[in-house]
Amino acid sequence: MSFDFHQTNNRAAAALARRSGGVGMNDKSSPLALRIRGLAKSFERPAVDGLDLCVPAGEFYSLLGPNGAGKTTTMRMVAGLLAPDRGSISIFGVDALADPIGAKRIMAWVSDEPMLYDQLTPTEYLDFVAGLWGVEAKLAEARARELLSWLGLAPHADERCAQFSKGMRQKLALAGALVHEPRLIILDEPFTGLDAGSSRVVKDVLRERVRAGCSVIMTTHILEVAERMADRIGVMSKGRLIADGRLDELRVRAGSGDASLEDTFLALVAQDRVAA
Amino acid sequence: MTRGGRRRGHAAAFGFLAFILFLHGLAYVFLSRSTGLTGSGDARELVVIAGMLALAFSAMLSQAMESVTRAFYARGDLELILTSPTTTARLFAVRICAISATILSMSLLFAAPFINMQAWLGGARWLCAYAVVVALSMLAVAVAILIVGALFAAIGARRTRSISQIVAAVIGAAFAIGLQFAAIVSFGTMAVPRFAVLERLAPGGDSLILWPARAVFGEPAALAFFIGLGVVALAAVIGVFAPRFGRLALAAGGVSHGATKKSRKETRFRGASPAQALRRKEWSLLVRDPWLMSQTLMQLLYLLPAAFLLWRSFFSEGGVATFLSPILIMAAGQLGGGLAWLAVSGEDAPELIATAPVPGNNVLRAKTEAVLVGVAIVFAPLVLMLAAVAPFAALVSLVGLTVAAGSATAIQYWFRAQAKRSHFRRRQTSSRVATFAEALSSNGWAGAGALAVTGTWLAVVPGVMVVAMLAGVWWISPARCSAPN
Repeated sequence: MSFDFHQTNNRAAAALARRSGGVGMNDKSSPLALRIRGLAKSFERPAVDGLDLCVPAGEFYSLLGPNGAGKTTTMRMVAGLLAPDRGSISIFGVDALADPIGAKRIMAWVSDEPMLYDQLTPTEYLDFVAGLWGVEAKLAEARARELLSWLGLAPHADERCAQFSKGMRQKLALAGALVHEPRLIILDEPFTGLDAGSSRVVKDVLRERVRAGCSVIMTTHILEVAERMADRIGVMSKGRLIADGRLDELRVRAGSGDASLEDTFLALVAQDRVAA
Repeated sequence: MTRGGRRRGHAAAFGFLAFILFLHGLAYVFLSRSTGLTGSGDARELVVIAGMLALAFSAMLSQAMESVTRAFYARGDLELILTSPTTTARLFAVRICAISATILSMSLLFAAPFINMQAWLGGARWLCAYAVVVALSMLAVAVAILIVGALFAAIGARRTRSISQIVAAVIGAAFAIGLQFAAIVSFGTMAVPRFAVLERLAPGGDSLILWPARAVFGEPAALAFFIGLGVVALAAVIGVFAPRFGRLALAAGGVSHGATKKSRKETRFRGASPAQALRRKEWSLLVRDPWLMSQTLMQLLYLLPAAFLLWRSFFSEGGVATFLSPILIMAAGQLGGGLAWLAVSGEDAPELIATAPVPGNNVLRAKTEAVLVGVAIVFAPLVLMLAAVAPFAALVSLVGLTVAAGSATAIQYWFRAQAKRSHFRRRQTSSRVATFAEALSSNGWAGAGALAVTGTWLAVVPGVMVVAMLAGVWWISPARCSAPN
């Protein structure tokens, strides 16, 4: 059986939109997958400090920054895992703070440390995730089989996850994020600890999702991945967005000529330090 | 050390001292009122001492098996050490000595008050019991290594961990449960002094089984033999197993890289609401983890004598049901607390649940349902059997165990702290308040149940006390403190 991701995506998204009260895929007027305004969060010191960020729909956006820049804190607030001190978050027009359930319906979160259940098989895990998102069983099963096949997990579909390697766990976590056909996928360091083969598979799946109309926001320290995959790149430092745009725009901003993203990134962060 | 650190240190020392004094007081009451040991060394005293030592040995052996199993399976610094020039035999010997010292110190913590108080009451000769406790702990570690080694050889590294921990728990409970069975068979009830059972079942005074007891009385030959036995057994076991330790530890470490467990048939998607999916997940995880299952159900081992007694009462006249209600209620509270910890705190994918489009209250409700259904599955047959014998006691039990399980579940919610399911054993140390509250709640409801079964309104008193205690616990709980105003 061949599974048409694009068609299914539309069907599922329409269903999702119906469930979320019409706000979502049918909200064609909203060109932004994510809109953040004045977002702030402090722990012992400010982690995110009045952040403004917009990510257009259908875009692969990569968020970079040195350690402690506030990338993960920002993404965790978007995913509903942390409550912001102030600011607003809107996902495809849904106010994520006022209607967190509506926002979660159209979003998926994949952390750097895949959290699975060791005693469940991939099939059972995806069945569970589909249940949480209220995806109809037949549709979910077809998607799950296709995803497991794409990610090279089909031979292990009925094995318990306890014995899985880091790469297999990360791929299964990604399958879990995709099984309910989210419109926005947020990934926090998804390539950490993955071998080359697994990284390639994950990249291919993410590219395909973006082609299918999905929006992806990814934090990463692997700048080559961001350079190759991202439509636009944001650079955070000390809880603020210090640069945002296509790679050539960032190069102009950094005055780094044809330099790599790594050199451009380091130049931008250095400029910010000098300015501070 | 900072001033705050010193203050905490002083508080801890004071608390420890108070605990030791409390144990001494407890030991004094027990020894002066229950056992009537005079130091005459007659057959009855030998039997009583032997019974105490057997009880202590089963507990030590259980602890030793846990520790020895962990020594084989713990990774931690093991990989560093195994790749260093240090010989694995020396490493094993050091670890086993450390385990022996731990078992000994734990045993002495609880045995010392009894020995000291008995020496106070009966004379200094009772201090020989210290030497016997040392010998027992060495013997327990030696036997534990033998059992774990035998399990490795018989069932392989993959299964040894779970089976060993189950065996350890069964050993820990076996002696106490065995006594209860013996009491039921002998006297038709569990409510008799255990030592009376021992006296009836004990061998003659010159039996080898009673030599440890003779050692406690300070008989030189018995004392020397027993201490020698402990030392030789531990040394021999270390000598035999130390050279094999590296191989066994590597086999244990290779478990996670071995063959995977595959379902016999292809899983079909069943479709479910979020609540159904959550409940199904909880039950699947519990049923599929034999170690977790054993840890959760271990406390139910103590229900076996009660169930046995209930079964016997079917074929005889009634009248035994009244004391079963509190046992059922207490066990339900403990089981409910364990299951609730697994469902609430022991969530291995908390971020998945938190990012799912399911309101937090619905998640908690579904998990509570999973817990209560688990408790119901375990206790329903017992309550039904009880209903056939004593309907009113069954009704009280039903209400009591529901309330006890619900209270324990609520406490787990109030004090939830995210942890891996594999940290189940550490749950009792993560929040002392929650642990004590859970125990007080279960015992309090059991007390209320015991009074209610007799038909007295006094049952309201412990009930109100438990409710007040729960209110106080909720007041200081992190859940209330972090709740938005």
